[in-house]
Amino acid sequence: MIRLVNVRKSFGSQTVLSGLNLDIPDRAVYVVVGVSGAGKSCLLKHLIGLMRPDSGQVWIDDIEITSLGRRALNRVRNRFGMLFQGGALFDSMSVYDNVAFPLREKTQKSEAEIRDKVHERLFQVGLAGVDAKFPSELSGGMRKRAALARSLVSDPEILLFDEPTTGLDPIRVNAIHRLILDLHQMLDFTAVIVSHEIPAVFSLATHIAMLHQGVIVESGSPSALQESNNPVVRQFMSGQLEGPIDVY
Amino acid sequence: MLRLVRSCGRLTLRTLREMGRMGVFLGTTLIDIFRPPLQGGQLVRRIYFIGSRSLLLIVFTGAFTGMVVALQGYIALRRFGGEEALGPMVGLSLIRELGPVLSALMITARAGSALTAELGIMRITEQIDALEVMALNPIKYLVVPIFLAACITFPLLNSVFVTVGIYGGYIVGVELLGGSSGAYFTQMSSAADSSDIWMGVYKSLSFGMIVAWVSCFKGFYAAHGAEGVSHATTQAVVMCAVLILVWDYFIGSVLV
Repeated sequence: MIRLVNVRKSFGSQTVLSGLNLDIPDRAVYVVVGVSGAGKSCLLKHLIGLMRPDSGQVWIDDIEITSLGRRALNRVRNRFGMLFQGGALFDSMSVYDNVAFPLREKTQKSEAEIRDKVHERLFQVGLAGVDAKFPSELSGGMRKRAALARSLVSDPEILLFDEPTTGLDPIRVNAIHRLILDLHQMLDFTAVIVSHEIPAVFSLATHIAMLHQGVIVESGSPSALQESNNPVVRQFMSGQLEGPIDVY
Repeated sequence: MLRLVRSCGRLTLRTLREMGRMGVFLGTTLIDIFRPPLQGGQLVRRIYFIGSRSLLLIVFTGAFTGMVVALQGYIALRRFGGEEALGPMVGLSLIRELGPVLSALMITARAGSALTAELGIMRITEQIDALEVMALNPIKYLVVPIFLAACITFPLLNSVFVTVGIYGGYIVGVELLGGSSGAYFTQMSSAADSSDIWMGVYKSLSFGMIVAWVSCFKGFYAAHGAEGVSHATTQAVVMCAVLILVWDYFIGSVLV
């Protein structure tokens, strides 16, 4: 269980999270939606200690991570994987070396074991045979899948997705969503996804929450959110310019 | 008036905060040097990048620096009838001053700026965050090899610069202007002692630390976007150049 309790975060005079509370159950596919700039990526970075809140607590099971030192935090991070918005693949390495990187750096596995694991993950994300290519030689969708293979290679318990389909066409958006679902069923991890791909994420999520002005304004099942009477949620779902969300 | 005081105060606070962050960054890097494991592959790659790939530039600038010093020195010394002092003049100025300073400035322009840009791009494309998420220490993985590589390559490149410069001076002073071949080297070896050579080594070593420290810091904390990386690169080069010259004076006055 991941739990955020009254998390506040500001950058100068700009408040991004203003007392956010959120519970994410184990093995859920939990999607957080919200307008661009609502603080979704910031929320995700708090879960893994890339950002520390000004106040509030972040619990990963029974460990409160905001006050942990580097070594203890790294032990928690070993349970995580993260797919960054742009993939964050290392430019200077081939796809194979990128995916093999966490295993080489953090485990004592032999090169043969690493090779098998890397090929298994690349096959699972549909990238068999692109070992030698460099990130700059891949399309946007392939880069995301290669990054997904890298984040899965350490068998994480919790996988964070920072807008995994941004910049992709609708067919590739669905393909990535299908891939996440298949991998979730196969590998049984907790997925936390931030996205604004409405309505595509409804087919993906087991739980969904909407972030607005630094707090969760509504959460529940995808169908509950679709039927919500909250004017903020309704405006976001319908994409209308008029409403409580200040577009400009 | 109040606005002026407020602006000065804000600037002072910002400068102090930046200096504090730089100090913490340096301290963390120095501690991480002694934490195993050493990233051997990264270290070799950085030595190649900073050292081998700067070699041609160092040979070229070293040769012409020696030639210019010999040319101007010969003209000046001939007025006093002291042409035999050309060797010591070229040698000492290169060993004690011009070699360490100019080679450091050249490496800053070639490698320091590239390192800042590389780390800056890694920062804005979240590659540094990716290392942290993998529970790896990005300073240990990225900065320590650069720091060690700079400590190894700067003194070596300085020695190449000085050697080539001395022979460049020889070509101009002896071969072209007709100075005494024997006097050039004999006078030089009797005028320069090991303290001069050690001064050059200490200087280039400290300049290597400065360039690695500033270049890595600016890249590591580059702001978002291409403009942020460009700004960080410019700042790194300017700050390295200024710090090299300021530190050169202080270390020179201590190691007289």
